[in-house]
Amino acid sequence: MSTSKTKNSAQASAKHNAEDFLRMYRQMVRIRTFEDNANQLYLSAKMPGLTHMYSGEEAVAVGICEALRVTDKITSTHRGHGHCVAKGAEFKEMFCELLGKEEGYCRGKGGSMHIADQSNGNLGANAIVGGSMGIATGAAFTAKLLGKDDVTVCFFGDGATAQGLMYEVMNMAALWNLPIIYACENNGYSEYTKTAEIAAGSITGRAEAFGIEAHTVDGQDVLAVNSLTEQLVERCRKGEGPFFMELMTYRYHGHHVGDINREYYRSKDEEKDWRENKDPITQFARHLTSEGIATEEELEAMQAEIKADATAAVEYALKAKYPDASEVDMHVYAA
Amino acid sequence: MREITLSQAVNEALAEEMRRDETVFIIGEDVAEAGTPFKVLSGLVEEFGTARVVDTPIAEPGFMGIAVGAAMTGSRPVVDLMFGDFIFLIMDQLCNQAAKTHYMSGGKLSVPLVLRTNLGATRRSAAQHSQSLHALVAHIPGLKVALPSSAYEAKGLMKTAIRDNNPVVIFEDKLMYQEKAGVPDEEYLIPFGVANVKREGTDITLIATSSMVQVAEKAAEILAAEGISAEVIDPRTIVPLDEAALIKSVKKTSRAIVIDEGHQSYGVTSEIASRLNEKAFYHLDAPVLRMGAMDVPVPFSPALEDLTVPTPEGVAANARKLVAGEMLDGEMIHAA
Repeated sequence: MSTSKTKNSAQASAKHNAEDFLRMYRQMVRIRTFEDNANQLYLSAKMPGLTHMYSGEEAVAVGICEALRVTDKITSTHRGHGHCVAKGAEFKEMFCELLGKEEGYCRGKGGSMHIADQSNGNLGANAIVGGSMGIATGAAFTAKLLGKDDVTVCFFGDGATAQGLMYEVMNMAALWNLPIIYACENNGYSEYTKTAEIAAGSITGRAEAFGIEAHTVDGQDVLAVNSLTEQLVERCRKGEGPFFMELMTYRYHGHHVGDINREYYRSKDEEKDWRENKDPITQFARHLTSEGIATEEELEAMQAEIKADATAAVEYALKAKYPDASEVDMHVYAA
Repeated sequence: MREITLSQAVNEALAEEMRRDETVFIIGEDVAEAGTPFKVLSGLVEEFGTARVVDTPIAEPGFMGIAVGAAMTGSRPVVDLMFGDFIFLIMDQLCNQAAKTHYMSGGKLSVPLVLRTNLGATRRSAAQHSQSLHALVAHIPGLKVALPSSAYEAKGLMKTAIRDNNPVVIFEDKLMYQEKAGVPDEEYLIPFGVANVKREGTDITLIATSSMVQVAEKAAEILAAEGISAEVIDPRTIVPLDEAALIKSVKKTSRAIVIDEGHQSYGVTSEIASRLNEKAFYHLDAPVLRMGAMDVPVPFSPALEDLTVPTPEGVAANARKLVAGEMLDGEMIHAA
């Protein structure tokens, strides 16, 4: 296990140009803005069902997806909006999906927990915790079988490390050297329970038991995440996979948007500390301004532009058409 | 026509499809050098190599999940599940993932996957290696379910399954692997959703699946000797189901027994009987009877196990009663 924090940040600084940095910043702000709007849609009862907020974890999705090509695959989770945005999805189709509208990525049939965007290699969010670990490993299997150099990233939370499927597929991925990166977003909570109460021993140690190289990285540091992922992706393309990453992060909201009174499992002080001192967007903004890559005004202008985009997308989605009733039994079987 | 075993027929279907399409691969436990415990896959690894005939650890959910992801990204996996009973282990990957992906993605993603497994009791294998669980998966929209009744069907249905763009579950009767049937040399496919009238008759329709087709045919022989003319129909796939062919036959004969080796309650026999009641009610002279496996875990003792599955004699006895206008309890169907 290696802890790749400041060293990787420094390497990354040397490697990336300002354009890459600003794109990463933009993508993180887009995720945060998307989630703020999704939360409002829930709170104002305009969204059917409920949803799981990614806010606080933006550096993980962006740091990883910025190291991937459009043809590389990801599998996502119930807390999946961040992965979807980071892999290239558009606000309009995403909000339409969250509202069950025909123009959504899945024609309104999937919703928040099943949003998929195959045009950008997102094989879909999954409402079964750990449910996509086989799918991700299978995508990597296809790459090997058909001789493609695509890499797959399997996103999952710390809670999913309790699922047996993970160990079955990591075993096979290691036996067959599959080009996959298992990305464990450790946000400290397995639904309403502290991770320490559900995870014995070490999470990376479990991957290492299969001979899989495992890294722990600060999931609030987008450059650290991106730099490590770039290295691992490159090595996956050369047939050196699989790899495992544990990304230490935090979710600002509850397990889902309706999980409001949560002091029985975590304190407001703890939440405040992460928001004020470890926020991935604020931290990266500080880096961009101190390095002279952007001014505060430029970043604020970017935020305002993204906010306006999101507002327009929400308005569009609210007015958009629901699928026609004739769609209810369409797409049960493929032609 | 040459005769080959059901096992050889499946092997040929796989080999032909693997030669035709390089994205087809086989994955499961002991599928390569061992060729499965039933030796169905013997020889395939020699031709296609271990990259396409993939031995896995004993980890059914894991390799099933891998197959789902592989299917979503351009491969056509044929998953080998050693015993149908192990389907309980893979239910999330099969029913929550494979079956729903096409629908949940609004038609953008598909899962062209074949799950090969088996069914059938009376092999003295007890309760965890003898179940016929096809009704469980037939219940889940998004899955197709094929039940070959001979080597001929096994080959033609397998080839169709591999080319289908949906998850297809094929249950082979494990007692039939060594049974021979006529299989043409030239290539053929059997379309899904097309029933096969195995024997024509006028007094009663016996709708039977998998190895129960043989049971029904033997029952028809017994009945013929008594002057009762039974029609035997094999649906071949229960999803999609050739409802029209079944209804047509029942309208002709006015009576039907549905025979299937799954448990009788909430099973395939119940579903087909209900559809006939809904759609052919006024043509019926007797209630549609269900004959499935007894609602008990499959017992080990031969003395008990043989009691749990439909037999030709049992089918003939019930058919005789229906034709005579009797209910199974001896009451007359048309009693005032």
